[in-house]
Amino acid sequence: MGRYARRRTINSFALAVSLAAALFRLFWLVAILWTLLYNGLTSIDLALFTEMTPPPGSAGGLLNAIFGSVVMTVISTMIGAPIGMLAGTYLAEYGKTGPLAEIVRFINDILLSAPSIVVGLFVYEVMVFRMGHFSAWAGIVALAIIGIPVIVRTTEDMLNLVPNGLREAAAALGSPRWKVITLIAYRAARNGIITAILLAVARVSGETAPLLFTALNNQFWSTDMNAPMASLPVTIFQFALSPYEDWQQLAWGGALLITVTILILNIVARSLAALGSSRG
Amino acid sequence: MELAAPSATNLRVDQPNRAGKAAATQAGLVECVTIRNLSFYYDKHQALKNISLPLYDKRVTAFIGPSGCGKSTLLRVLNRIYDLYPKQRATGEVLLNGENILSPKQDLNLLRARIGMVFQKPTPFPMSIYDNIAFGIRLYEKLGQSEMNQRVEAALRRAALWTEVKDKLKQSGLGLSGGQQQRLCIARGVAVKPQVLLLDEPCSALDPISTSKIEELIDELKSDYCIVIVTHNMQQAARSADFTAFMYLGELTEYGPTEKIFTNPDNPRTQEYITGRFG
Repeated sequence: MGRYARRRTINSFALAVSLAAALFRLFWLVAILWTLLYNGLTSIDLALFTEMTPPPGSAGGLLNAIFGSVVMTVISTMIGAPIGMLAGTYLAEYGKTGPLAEIVRFINDILLSAPSIVVGLFVYEVMVFRMGHFSAWAGIVALAIIGIPVIVRTTEDMLNLVPNGLREAAAALGSPRWKVITLIAYRAARNGIITAILLAVARVSGETAPLLFTALNNQFWSTDMNAPMASLPVTIFQFALSPYEDWQQLAWGGALLITVTILILNIVARSLAALGSSRG
Repeated sequence: MELAAPSATNLRVDQPNRAGKAAATQAGLVECVTIRNLSFYYDKHQALKNISLPLYDKRVTAFIGPSGCGKSTLLRVLNRIYDLYPKQRATGEVLLNGENILSPKQDLNLLRARIGMVFQKPTPFPMSIYDNIAFGIRLYEKLGQSEMNQRVEAALRRAALWTEVKDKLKQSGLGLSGGQQQRLCIARGVAVKPQVLLLDEPCSALDPISTSKIEELIDELKSDYCIVIVTHNMQQAARSADFTAFMYLGELTEYGPTEKIFTNPDNPRTQEYITGRFG
Protein backbone atom coordinates (compact mmCIF):
# COMPACT_ATOMS: atom_id res chain seq x y z
CA MET A 1 0.00 0.00 0.00
CA GLY A 2 1.46 3.32 -1.03
CA ARG A 3 1.96 6.20 1.31
CA TYR A 4 -0.82 8.21 -0.27
CA ALA A 5 -3.34 5.41 0.09
CA ARG A 6 -2.28 4.95 3.68
CA ARG A 7 -2.88 8.61 4.44
CA ARG A 8 -6.29 8.42 2.84
CA THR A 9 -7.20 5.42 4.97
CA ILE A 10 -6.08 7.12 8.15
CA ASN A 11 -7.95 10.24 7.15
CA SER A 12 -11.20 8.38 6.55
CA PHE A 13 -10.77 6.53 9.82
CA ALA A 14 -10.27 9.76 11.80
CA LEU A 15 -13.21 11.33 10.03
CA ALA A 16 -15.43 8.35 10.83
CA VAL A 17 -14.45 8.33 14.51
CA SER A 18 -15.06 12.05 15.02
CA LEU A 19 -18.33 11.83 13.13
CA ALA A 20 -19.41 8.93 15.34
CA ALA A 21 -18.51 10.93 18.47
CA ALA A 22 -20.50 13.90 17.24
CA LEU A 23 -23.51 11.73 16.41
CA PHE A 24 -23.26 9.97 19.77
CA ARG A 25 -23.47 13.34 21.49
CA LEU A 26 -26.28 14.51 19.30
CA PHE A 27 -28.16 11.27 20.00
CA TRP A 28 -28.34 11.98 23.73
CA LEU A 29 -29.40 15.55 23.20
CA VAL A 30 -32.20 14.44 20.89
CA ALA A 31 -33.10 11.63 23.31
CA ILE A 32 -33.43 14.07 26.18
CA LEU A 33 -35.53 16.49 24.17
CA TRP A 34 -37.70 13.69 22.84
CA THR A 35 -38.28 12.22 26.30
CA LEU A 36 -39.20 15.65 27.59
CA LEU A 37 -41.59 16.28 24.73
CA TYR A 38 -43.10 12.80 24.93
CA ASN A 39 -43.73 12.97 28.67
CA GLY A 40 -44.19 16.68 29.15
CA LEU A 41 -46.27 17.76 26.20
CA THR A 42 -49.43 16.19 27.62
CA SER A 43 -49.16 18.29 30.77
CA ILE A 44 -48.78 21.56 28.90
CA ASP A 45 -52.21 23.11 29.10
CA LEU A 46 -53.77 26.32 30.30
CA ALA A 47 -54.02 25.03 33.88
CA LEU A 48 -50.24 24.69 34.02
CA PHE A 49 -49.93 28.47 33.71
CA THR A 50 -53.01 29.50 35.71
CA GLU A 51 -53.25 27.20 38.72
CA MET A 52 -51.15 26.71 41.81
CA THR A 53 -49.19 23.60 42.67
CA PRO A 54 -51.80 21.14 43.95
CA PRO A 55 -51.77 18.77 46.90
CA PRO A 56 -51.28 15.17 45.81
CA GLY A 57 -54.30 13.66 44.13
CA SER A 58 -55.89 16.84 42.78
CA ALA A 59 -55.47 18.90 39.66
CA GLY A 60 -53.34 22.02 39.50
CA GLY A 61 -50.62 23.89 37.70
CA LEU A 62 -47.25 25.53 38.26
CA LEU A 63 -48.19 29.21 38.37
CA ASN A 64 -46.57 29.94 41.74
CA ALA A 65 -43.38 28.14 40.69
CA ILE A 66 -43.23 29.92 37.33
CA PHE A 67 -43.82 33.24 39.05
CA GLY A 68 -41.14 32.52 41.66
CA SER A 69 -38.60 31.51 39.05
CA VAL A 70 -39.27 34.60 36.94
CA VAL A 71 -39.13 36.98 39.93
CA MET A 72 -35.97 35.52 41.42
CA THR A 73 -34.20 35.26 38.07
CA VAL A 74 -35.12 38.79 37.02
CA ILE A 75 -34.17 40.44 40.32
CA SER A 76 -30.92 38.49 40.65
CA THR A 77 -30.05 39.56 37.09
CA MET A 78 -30.85 43.17 37.91
CA ILE A 79 -28.44 42.94 40.82
CA GLY A 80 -25.83 40.78 39.10
CA ALA A 81 -25.70 42.39 35.65
CA PRO A 82 -24.41 45.84 36.71
CA ILE A 83 -21.90 44.34 39.15
CA GLY A 84 -20.70 41.81 36.59
CA MET A 85 -20.48 44.37 33.80
CA LEU A 86 -18.55 46.84 35.93
CA ALA A 87 -16.13 44.18 37.15
CA GLY A 88 -15.65 42.93 33.58
CA THR A 89 -15.05 46.52 32.47
CA TYR A 90 -12.42 46.94 35.16
CA LEU A 91 -10.61 43.80 34.02
CA ALA A 92 -10.67 44.66 30.33
CA GLU A 93 -10.18 48.43 30.41
CA TYR A 94 -8.32 49.33 33.60
CA GLY A 95 -6.79 46.37 35.42
CA LYS A 96 -5.64 44.49 32.32
CA THR A 97 -2.60 42.51 33.47
CA GLY A 98 -2.12 44.30 36.79
CA PRO A 99 -1.82 42.25 39.97
CA LEU A 100 -5.30 43.12 41.28
CA ALA A 101 -6.87 42.22 37.93
CA GLU A 102 -5.03 38.90 37.85
CA ILE A 103 -6.30 38.04 41.33
CA VAL A 104 -9.88 39.06 40.51
CA ARG A 105 -9.72 37.06 37.28
CA PHE A 106 -8.42 34.00 39.08
CA ILE A 107 -11.06 34.14 41.82
CA ASN A 108 -13.75 34.80 39.25
CA ASP A 109 -12.73 31.70 37.32
CA ILE A 110 -12.96 29.68 40.52
CA LEU A 111 -16.44 31.06 41.22
CA LEU A 112 -17.39 30.32 37.64
CA SER A 113 -16.83 26.63 38.17
CA ALA A 114 -17.73 26.47 41.87
CA PRO A 115 -20.41 23.82 42.59
CA SER A 116 -23.67 25.70 42.97
CA ILE A 117 -24.54 23.73 46.10
CA VAL A 118 -21.59 25.40 47.83
CA VAL A 119 -23.02 28.80 46.93
CA GLY A 120 -26.38 27.65 48.36
CA LEU A 121 -24.78 26.53 51.60
CA PHE A 122 -22.85 29.78 51.87
CA VAL A 123 -25.97 31.91 51.50
CA TYR A 124 -27.78 29.60 53.92
CA GLU A 125 -25.08 30.27 56.47
CA VAL A 126 -24.85 34.05 56.06
CA MET A 127 -28.49 34.88 55.37
CA VAL A 128 -31.00 32.13 56.10
CA PHE A 129 -29.42 31.04 59.36
CA ARG A 130 -29.06 34.58 60.67
CA MET A 131 -32.50 35.73 59.56
CA GLY A 132 -34.01 32.61 61.00
CA HIS A 133 -36.09 31.70 57.95
CA PHE A 134 -35.87 30.85 54.27
CA SER A 135 -36.68 33.70 51.91
CA ALA A 136 -36.88 34.73 48.27
CA TRP A 137 -34.19 37.33 48.96
CA ALA A 138 -31.75 34.64 50.00
CA GLY A 139 -32.57 32.78 46.78
CA ILE A 140 -31.95 35.94 44.77
CA VAL A 141 -28.56 36.51 46.41
CA ALA A 142 -27.52 32.90 45.73
CA LEU A 143 -28.57 33.16 42.08
CA ALA A 144 -26.77 36.51 41.70
CA ILE A 145 -23.56 34.99 43.08
CA ILE A 146 -23.81 32.26 40.45
CA GLY A 147 -24.67 34.63 37.61
CA ILE A 148 -22.07 37.34 38.26
CA PRO A 149 -18.95 35.35 37.27
CA VAL A 150 -20.55 34.45 33.94
CA ILE A 151 -21.23 38.11 33.20
CA VAL A 152 -17.77 39.24 34.40
CA ARG A 153 -16.02 36.75 32.18
CA THR A 154 -18.08 37.34 29.08
CA THR A 155 -18.07 41.13 29.43
CA GLU A 156 -14.28 41.09 29.66
CA ASP A 157 -14.00 38.80 26.64
CA MET A 158 -16.36 40.95 24.60
CA LEU A 159 -14.54 44.19 25.49
CA ASN A 160 -11.25 42.56 24.58
CA LEU A 161 -12.68 41.85 21.13
CA VAL A 162 -13.19 45.58 20.53
CA PRO A 163 -10.19 46.63 18.43
CA ASN A 164 -7.77 48.97 20.18
CA GLY A 165 -7.82 51.13 17.08
CA LEU A 166 -11.34 52.23 17.98
CA ARG A 167 -10.25 53.27 21.47
CA GLU A 168 -7.24 55.11 20.02
CA ALA A 169 -9.42 56.85 17.46
CA ALA A 170 -11.81 58.07 20.15
CA ALA A 171 -8.94 59.13 22.42
CA ALA A 172 -7.30 60.93 19.48
CA LEU A 173 -10.37 63.18 19.24
CA GLY A 174 -9.79 64.28 22.80
CA SER A 175 -12.28 61.96 24.40
CA PRO A 176 -11.73 61.23 28.10
CA ARG A 177 -11.30 57.60 29.01
CA TRP A 178 -14.71 57.06 30.57
CA LYS A 179 -16.36 58.35 27.40
CA VAL A 180 -14.19 56.09 25.27
CA ILE A 181 -15.47 53.16 27.32
CA THR A 182 -19.13 54.11 27.69
CA LEU A 183 -19.73 55.65 24.26
CA ILE A 184 -17.42 53.58 22.06
CA ALA A 185 -16.31 50.31 23.65
CA TYR A 186 -19.71 49.46 25.17
CA ARG A 187 -21.44 50.31 21.93
CA ALA A 188 -19.08 48.13 19.92
CA ALA A 189 -19.50 45.27 22.41
CA ARG A 190 -23.19 45.82 23.04
CA ASN A 191 -24.52 42.61 21.49
CA GLY A 192 -21.82 40.59 23.19
CA ILE A 193 -22.65 42.02 26.59
CA ILE A 194 -26.37 41.40 26.10
CA THR A 195 -25.44 37.85 25.14
CA ALA A 196 -23.46 37.58 28.37
CA ILE A 197 -26.46 38.61 30.41
CA LEU A 198 -28.82 36.26 28.56
CA LEU A 199 -26.42 33.36 29.07
CA ALA A 200 -26.27 34.19 32.77
CA VAL A 201 -30.08 34.24 32.90
CA ALA A 202 -30.16 30.86 31.17
CA ARG A 203 -27.62 29.47 33.62
CA VAL A 204 -29.34 30.87 36.70
CA SER A 205 -32.91 29.97 35.75
CA GLY A 206 -32.15 26.27 35.81
CA GLU A 207 -30.30 26.21 39.15
CA THR A 208 -31.82 23.97 41.81
CA ALA A 209 -29.24 23.32 44.51
CA PRO A 210 -28.68 26.93 45.66
CA LEU A 211 -32.45 27.48 45.92
CA LEU A 212 -33.02 24.38 48.08
CA PHE A 213 -31.04 26.04 50.85
CA THR A 214 -32.31 29.56 50.39
CA ALA A 215 -35.74 30.14 48.85
CA LEU A 216 -36.80 26.61 49.72
CA ASN A 217 -40.21 26.12 48.14
CA ASN A 218 -43.78 27.15 48.64
CA GLN A 219 -46.94 25.23 47.89
CA PHE A 220 -48.96 28.40 47.75
CA TRP A 221 -49.08 31.69 45.92
CA SER A 222 -46.71 34.11 47.63
CA THR A 223 -45.30 37.47 46.64
CA ASP A 224 -43.64 38.05 50.00
CA MET A 225 -39.91 38.35 49.32
CA ASN A 226 -39.15 37.61 52.97
CA ALA A 227 -40.96 34.29 52.84
CA PRO A 228 -40.03 31.04 51.11
CA MET A 229 -40.82 31.14 47.41
CA ALA A 230 -41.54 28.40 44.91
CA SER A 231 -39.41 27.96 41.80
CA LEU A 232 -39.59 25.68 38.81
CA PRO A 233 -36.37 23.71 39.40
CA VAL A 234 -37.10 23.00 43.07
CA THR A 235 -40.72 22.10 42.30
CA ILE A 236 -39.56 19.74 39.57
CA PHE A 237 -37.07 18.22 42.02
CA GLN A 238 -39.74 17.70 44.66
CA PHE A 239 -42.53 16.51 42.36
CA ALA A 240 -40.39 14.22 40.24
CA LEU A 241 -39.15 12.35 43.30
CA SER A 242 -42.64 12.03 44.77
CA PRO A 243 -44.63 8.81 44.48
CA TYR A 244 -47.73 10.63 43.15
CA GLU A 245 -48.38 10.27 39.47
CA ASP A 246 -50.07 13.67 38.97
CA TRP A 247 -47.10 15.40 40.63
CA GLN A 248 -44.74 13.51 38.37
CA GLN A 249 -46.77 14.64 35.35
CA LEU A 250 -46.47 18.27 36.47
CA ALA A 251 -42.73 17.80 36.92
CA TRP A 252 -42.45 16.65 33.28
CA GLY A 253 -44.41 19.69 32.18
CA GLY A 254 -42.19 21.99 34.23
CA ALA A 255 -39.04 20.35 32.91
CA LEU A 256 -40.19 20.81 29.33
CA LEU A 257 -41.12 24.42 30.04
CA ILE A 258 -37.75 25.31 31.57
CA THR A 259 -35.79 23.51 28.85
CA VAL A 260 -37.65 25.27 26.07
CA THR A 261 -37.17 28.63 27.82
CA ILE A 262 -33.43 28.09 28.18
CA LEU A 263 -33.22 26.85 24.60
CA ILE A 264 -34.91 30.03 23.38
CA LEU A 265 -32.66 32.22 25.53
CA ASN A 266 -29.60 30.50 24.08
CA ILE A 267 -30.82 30.84 20.52
CA VAL A 268 -31.51 34.56 21.03
CA ALA A 269 -28.09 35.01 22.66
CA ARG A 270 -26.35 33.19 19.83
CA SER A 271 -28.09 35.09 17.07
CA LEU A 272 -27.29 38.37 18.83
CA ALA A 273 -23.65 37.36 19.06
CA ALA A 274 -23.63 36.39 15.38
CA LEU A 275 -25.20 39.72 14.51
CA GLY A 276 -22.50 41.48 16.50
CA SER A 277 -19.62 39.72 14.78
CA SER A 278 -21.03 40.21 11.29
CA ARG A 279 -21.21 43.94 11.90
CA GLY A 280 -17.54 43.91 12.75
CA MET B 1 17.98 72.29 10.49
CA GLU B 2 19.27 73.56 7.20
CA LEU B 3 16.06 75.51 6.71
CA ALA B 4 16.47 78.56 8.89
CA ALA B 5 12.79 79.32 9.28
CA PRO B 6 11.86 81.93 11.86
CA SER B 7 10.63 80.26 14.99
CA ALA B 8 7.21 81.80 15.14
CA THR B 9 5.74 79.63 17.83
CA ASN B 10 5.23 82.56 20.21
CA LEU B 11 3.41 84.48 17.51
CA ARG B 12 0.92 81.67 17.05
CA VAL B 13 -0.46 81.91 20.55
CA ASP B 14 -2.45 85.07 20.00
CA GLN B 15 -2.98 84.62 16.30
CA PRO B 16 -5.65 82.01 15.83
CA ASN B 17 -7.58 83.62 12.98
CA ARG B 18 -7.07 82.00 9.62
CA ALA B 19 -7.12 85.16 7.50
CA GLY B 20 -4.21 86.63 9.37
CA LYS B 21 -2.19 83.54 8.82
CA ALA B 22 -2.66 83.48 5.08
CA ALA B 23 -0.58 86.62 4.88
CA ALA B 24 2.04 85.07 7.13
CA THR B 25 2.33 82.06 4.83
CA GLN B 26 3.23 84.18 1.87
CA ALA B 27 5.80 86.00 3.87
CA GLY B 28 7.39 82.78 5.05
CA LEU B 29 6.92 79.53 6.82
CA VAL B 30 5.21 79.39 10.18
CA GLU B 31 6.51 76.75 12.47
CA CYS B 32 3.56 75.01 14.04
CA VAL B 33 5.26 72.24 15.96
CA THR B 34 8.88 72.12 17.05
CA ILE B 35 10.44 68.81 17.98
CA ARG B 36 13.64 69.12 20.00
CA ASN B 37 15.96 66.32 21.11
CA LEU B 38 13.12 63.85 21.24
CA SER B 39 13.87 60.31 22.36
CA PHE B 40 11.28 57.61 22.87
CA TYR B 41 11.32 54.34 24.73
CA TYR B 42 9.14 51.24 24.63
CA ASP B 43 10.02 50.05 28.10
CA LYS B 44 13.80 49.60 27.73
CA HIS B 45 13.99 49.64 23.96
CA GLN B 46 14.87 53.04 22.54
CA ALA B 47 12.78 53.61 19.42
CA LEU B 48 13.62 57.27 18.70
CA LYS B 49 17.04 58.80 19.15
CA ASN B 50 17.42 62.51 19.70
CA ILE B 51 15.16 63.79 16.96
CA SER B 52 14.86 67.48 16.16
CA LEU B 53 12.56 68.70 13.45
CA PRO B 54 10.16 71.56 12.63
CA LEU B 55 6.63 71.00 11.31
CA TYR B 56 5.25 73.93 9.34
CA ASP B 57 1.74 75.24 9.28
CA LYS B 58 -0.08 74.92 5.96
CA ARG B 59 2.49 72.48 4.74
CA VAL B 60 2.60 68.71 4.44
CA THR B 61 5.52 66.98 6.07
CA ALA B 62 6.09 63.31 5.25
CA PHE B 63 7.93 60.80 7.43
CA ILE B 64 9.44 58.04 5.32
CA GLY B 65 11.77 55.16 6.03
CA PRO B 66 11.88 51.38 6.22
CA SER B 67 9.59 49.43 8.57
CA GLY B 68 10.53 49.79 12.22
CA CYS B 69 12.46 53.03 11.67
CA GLY B 70 10.25 54.87 14.16
CA LYS B 71 8.18 57.05 11.85
CA SER B 72 4.83 55.92 13.26
CA THR B 73 6.26 56.17 16.77
CA LEU B 74 7.24 59.77 16.09
CA LEU B 75 3.73 60.51 14.87
CA ARG B 76 2.22 58.89 17.96
CA VAL B 77 4.31 61.14 20.18
CA LEU B 78 2.82 64.28 18.66
CA ASN B 79 -0.63 63.71 20.21
CA ARG B 80 0.71 61.59 23.04
CA ILE B 81 -1.54 58.71 22.04
CA TYR B 82 1.25 56.47 23.34
CA ASP B 83 0.14 57.53 26.82
CA LEU B 84 -2.72 55.04 26.57
CA TYR B 85 -0.18 52.29 27.11
CA PRO B 86 2.01 51.71 30.11
CA LYS B 87 5.80 51.61 29.90
CA GLN B 88 6.06 53.95 26.94
CA ARG B 89 7.78 57.27 27.55
CA ALA B 90 9.30 60.20 25.70
CA THR B 91 12.06 62.61 26.66
CA GLY B 92 12.95 65.94 25.06
CA GLU B 93 10.59 68.64 23.91
CA VAL B 94 7.69 68.92 21.51
CA LEU B 95 6.49 72.50 21.35
CA LEU B 96 2.99 73.37 20.17
CA ASN B 97 2.07 77.05 20.47
CA GLY B 98 5.15 77.48 22.60
CA GLU B 99 4.11 74.87 25.17
CA ASN B 100 5.93 71.61 25.71
CA ILE B 101 3.26 68.98 25.19
CA LEU B 102 5.43 66.31 26.77
CA SER B 103 5.08 68.06 30.11
CA PRO B 104 3.26 65.96 32.70
CA LYS B 105 0.98 68.95 33.31
CA GLN B 106 -0.32 68.82 29.73
CA ASP B 107 -4.06 68.10 29.56
CA LEU B 108 -4.06 65.18 27.15
CA ASN B 109 -7.69 65.46 26.10
CA LEU B 110 -7.33 69.13 25.19
CA LEU B 111 -4.09 68.37 23.36
CA ARG B 112 -5.71 65.62 21.30
CA ALA B 113 -8.63 67.88 20.49
CA ARG B 114 -6.13 70.25 18.88
CA ILE B 115 -4.27 67.53 17.00
CA GLY B 116 -6.37 65.27 14.81
CA MET B 117 -5.23 61.79 13.87
CA VAL B 118 -6.20 59.36 11.13
CA PHE B 119 -5.06 55.77 11.37
CA GLN B 120 -3.84 53.17 8.95
CA LYS B 121 -7.00 51.10 9.21
CA PRO B 122 -10.20 53.12 8.92
CA THR B 123 -11.79 53.29 12.37
CA PRO B 124 -15.39 54.40 12.00
CA PHE B 125 -17.26 54.24 15.29
CA PRO B 126 -20.15 51.77 15.46
CA MET B 127 -22.77 54.49 15.02
CA SER B 128 -24.39 56.51 12.25
CA ILE B 129 -22.35 58.59 9.80
CA TYR B 130 -23.80 61.73 11.37
CA ASP B 131 -22.94 60.66 14.90
CA ASN B 132 -19.43 59.67 13.85
CA ILE B 133 -18.80 63.33 13.04
CA ALA B 134 -20.88 64.77 15.88
CA PHE B 135 -19.15 62.59 18.48
CA GLY B 136 -15.96 64.67 18.55
CA ILE B 137 -17.79 68.00 18.35
CA ARG B 138 -20.05 67.08 21.29
CA LEU B 139 -17.01 66.41 23.45
CA TYR B 140 -16.09 70.07 23.64
CA GLU B 141 -18.99 72.09 22.29
CA LYS B 142 -22.67 72.32 23.10
CA LEU B 143 -24.42 73.11 19.85
CA GLY B 144 -28.06 73.38 18.83
CA GLN B 145 -29.45 70.98 16.27
CA SER B 146 -29.17 73.29 13.25
CA GLU B 147 -25.68 74.43 14.16
CA MET B 148 -24.60 70.82 14.62
CA ASN B 149 -26.09 69.93 11.23
CA GLN B 150 -24.06 72.69 9.65
CA ARG B 151 -20.86 71.55 11.33
CA VAL B 152 -21.40 67.95 10.26
CA GLU B 153 -22.12 69.01 6.70
CA ALA B 154 -19.09 71.31 6.61
CA ALA B 155 -16.81 68.55 7.87
CA LEU B 156 -18.15 66.04 5.35
CA ARG B 157 -17.77 68.55 2.54
CA ARG B 158 -14.24 69.29 3.66
CA ALA B 159 -13.45 65.58 3.39
CA ALA B 160 -15.09 65.35 -0.07
CA LEU B 161 -17.65 62.87 1.24
CA TRP B 162 -20.80 64.96 1.47
CA THR B 163 -22.29 64.19 -1.95
CA GLU B 164 -21.82 60.46 -1.39
CA VAL B 165 -23.42 60.28 2.05
CA LYS B 166 -25.83 63.22 2.33
CA ASP B 167 -28.86 60.96 1.81
CA LYS B 168 -27.80 58.32 4.34
CA LEU B 169 -26.46 60.26 7.29
CA LYS B 170 -28.48 58.11 9.68
CA GLN B 171 -26.99 54.87 8.38
CA SER B 172 -24.12 53.14 10.11
CA GLY B 173 -20.62 54.35 9.27
CA LEU B 174 -19.58 50.71 9.08
CA GLY B 175 -21.59 50.30 5.88
CA LEU B 176 -19.31 52.59 3.86
CA SER B 177 -16.49 51.37 1.64
CA GLY B 178 -12.92 51.44 2.94
CA GLY B 179 -12.05 54.66 1.13
CA GLN B 180 -15.26 56.32 2.28
CA GLN B 181 -14.62 55.16 5.85
CA GLN B 182 -11.16 56.72 5.73
CA ARG B 183 -12.58 60.01 4.46
CA LEU B 184 -15.21 59.79 7.21
CA CYS B 185 -12.35 59.52 9.72
CA ILE B 186 -10.67 62.56 8.16
CA ALA B 187 -13.98 64.44 8.34
CA ARG B 188 -14.31 63.42 11.98
CA GLY B 189 -10.81 64.72 12.61
CA VAL B 190 -11.33 68.11 10.95
CA ALA B 191 -14.78 68.56 12.51
CA VAL B 192 -13.23 69.44 15.86
CA LYS B 193 -11.13 72.17 14.20
CA PRO B 194 -7.64 71.00 15.08
CA GLN B 195 -4.42 72.83 14.22
CA VAL B 196 -2.50 69.75 13.19
CA LEU B 197 -3.59 66.63 11.30
CA LEU B 198 -1.59 63.44 11.77
CA LEU B 199 -2.06 60.78 9.08
CA ASP B 200 -0.59 57.38 9.85
CA GLU B 201 -0.31 55.53 6.53
CA PRO B 202 -3.84 56.65 5.67
CA CYS B 203 -3.88 54.95 2.26
CA SER B 204 -2.14 51.66 2.91
CA ALA B 205 -5.43 49.80 3.24
CA LEU B 206 -7.06 51.47 0.26
CA ASP B 207 -7.34 50.83 -3.47
CA PRO B 208 -5.63 53.22 -5.94
CA ILE B 209 -8.77 55.25 -6.71
CA SER B 210 -9.51 55.86 -3.03
CA THR B 211 -5.84 56.64 -2.52
CA SER B 212 -5.84 59.35 -5.15
CA LYS B 213 -8.99 60.82 -3.60
CA ILE B 214 -7.32 60.98 -0.20
CA GLU B 215 -4.22 62.55 -1.76
CA GLU B 216 -6.30 65.24 -3.45
CA LEU B 217 -7.93 65.82 -0.12
CA ILE B 218 -4.59 66.20 1.65
CA ASP B 219 -3.61 68.76 -0.93
CA GLU B 220 -6.75 70.76 -0.24
CA LEU B 221 -6.59 70.42 3.53
CA LYS B 222 -3.10 71.78 3.75
CA SER B 223 -4.41 75.28 3.13
CA ASP B 224 -5.83 75.12 6.65
CA TYR B 225 -3.71 72.74 8.67
CA CYS B 226 -0.24 71.59 9.50
CA ILE B 227 -0.31 68.07 8.08
CA VAL B 228 2.04 65.25 8.93
CA ILE B 229 1.84 62.00 6.98
CA VAL B 230 3.60 58.73 7.57
CA THR B 231 3.86 56.70 4.41
CA HIS B 232 5.55 53.65 2.98
CA ASN B 233 4.74 54.81 -0.47
CA MET B 234 7.52 57.01 -1.78
CA GLN B 235 5.53 58.27 -4.76
CA GLN B 236 2.92 59.42 -2.28
CA ALA B 237 5.51 61.32 -0.26
CA ALA B 238 6.91 62.87 -3.43
CA ARG B 239 3.44 63.86 -4.64
CA SER B 240 1.92 65.15 -1.43
CA ALA B 241 4.63 66.45 0.84
CA ASP B 242 6.36 69.83 0.92
CA PHE B 243 8.94 68.56 3.37
CA THR B 244 10.21 65.06 3.89
CA ALA B 245 12.00 63.47 6.81
CA PHE B 246 13.84 60.24 6.14
CA MET B 247 14.23 58.09 9.22
CA TYR B 248 16.37 55.05 9.77
CA LEU B 249 16.76 52.92 12.91
CA GLY B 250 15.15 55.50 15.15
CA GLU B 251 17.25 58.37 13.89
CA LEU B 252 16.42 61.26 11.64
CA THR B 253 18.81 60.66 8.77
CA GLU B 254 17.82 63.56 6.61
CA TYR B 255 15.21 66.29 6.52
CA GLY B 256 14.52 68.92 3.91
CA PRO B 257 12.24 70.09 1.13
CA THR B 258 10.75 67.06 -0.61
CA GLU B 259 12.24 68.01 -3.94
CA LYS B 260 15.74 68.02 -2.53
CA ILE B 261 15.30 64.73 -0.63
CA PHE B 262 14.06 63.00 -3.77
CA THR B 263 16.43 64.50 -6.30
CA ASN B 264 19.60 65.36 -4.50
CA PRO B 265 19.82 63.94 -0.99
CA ASP B 266 22.92 64.62 1.08
CA ASN B 267 22.98 61.28 2.82
CA PRO B 268 23.91 58.18 0.79
CA ARG B 269 21.47 56.05 2.79
CA THR B 270 18.59 58.34 1.83
CA GLN B 271 19.71 57.97 -1.76
CA GLU B 272 19.67 54.18 -1.45
CA TYR B 273 16.23 54.14 0.13
CA ILE B 274 14.49 56.42 -2.32
CA THR B 275 15.96 54.59 -5.28
CA GLY B 276 14.66 51.33 -3.81
CA ARG B 277 17.98 49.68 -3.08
CA PHE B 278 16.89 48.76 0.43
CA GLY B 279 13.90 49.11 2.73
